[in-house]
Amino acid sequence: MSLLAYAEWLAATEGSTALRESLFMYPLVESTHVLFLLLFVGMTVMWDLRLIGKVLTDVPVTEMADRVLPWVRAGFVVMVVTGVLLVYAIPVRTYQSVWFRAKVIFLILAFLNIWYFHAKVLPNAATWDRDVKLPWPVRRAGLASIVLWALIIVAGRFIAYNWFDCDIQPQPGFVNWFAGCVVPAPQ
Amino acid sequence: MVLEFFQWCETVWLGRVVVESLWLFPVIEAVHLLALSVLGGAVLVVDLRMLGFGLTGRTVSEIARNAKPWLMGAVIALIVTGIPLFLSEPTKCYYSPAFWVKMGGLAIALPFTFAIRNRIAAAEPVRNTARLQMLVGALSMALWITVAAAGRWIGFS
Repeated sequence: MSLLAYAEWLAATEGSTALRESLFMYPLVESTHVLFLLLFVGMTVMWDLRLIGKVLTDVPVTEMADRVLPWVRAGFVVMVVTGVLLVYAIPVRTYQSVWFRAKVIFLILAFLNIWYFHAKVLPNAATWDRDVKLPWPVRRAGLASIVLWALIIVAGRFIAYNWFDCDIQPQPGFVNWFAGCVVPAPQ
Repeated sequence: MVLEFFQWCETVWLGRVVVESLWLFPVIEAVHLLALSVLGGAVLVVDLRMLGFGLTGRTVSEIARNAKPWLMGAVIALIVTGIPLFLSEPTKCYYSPAFWVKMGGLAIALPFTFAIRNRIAAAEPVRNTARLQMLVGALSMALWITVAAAGRWIGFS
């Protein structure tokens, strides 16, 4: 089954239909997703700014990791649960949204950045933990993270707009390709 | 009187520019959300510490001093982006209960944060102020969450 067919099947399920048509549940899930930006991205930004050296410079990075990252992870769990529900409610349009697809790409890049930092950079923290100016790989990770999460927020917000939706044609070829639109051939 | 003022706001050129553009409202709104995220971090890192979570190895005053420029920057960015968003639909805002909850919350949250909370956060925590700090931290969190939630709800009305 193609992903599009899967999305169409999902959209027809009882749960997806109920959430999509609900008067309060959908806005509630959506608002929770937005509100947890305060915790999740907020704490992520504080952590990233520490890596760049723009906030709490007296606090060792390892102490920040111990005390701040658990809050980032807690916020992320809520983001994933509410985010999955939002896709579940509107699967086909979301799957074919250029902004959703861009968001997924940025999310993958953000995760590669996190993985690289925790696998290759943070284990050597003992050698730079208390430096006034942190080594470039540390600052680079913080900078990349801030830029990527900002792009994720913007792309996520734009999913709500229908500028590039498949049912609004004609669209530029790139849009139809990137969104995976099924466009009937011209007569 | 108030309604007339809001209707006059409807004629301000900045709002008209936003309404007539396909992209301006969403772009300004996205920047508003980015600033909201920074505000969240700058507020919560202090409030959580006041409640005894997060960077417990540091004093509240140290964290508050560090977070302050980011808090100020975020508030300024939120106001600068919030004004054109409001000017693009003042009459809708007038009839939106969420808008008034948000502005009411803001009218409390701003002076509370910059007058009361900053003073409490700057004081070194001795035993008696610790309980006061917890109260102030919880109130600050509740106020800003109310403002953000009501802000989101304007879009649903």
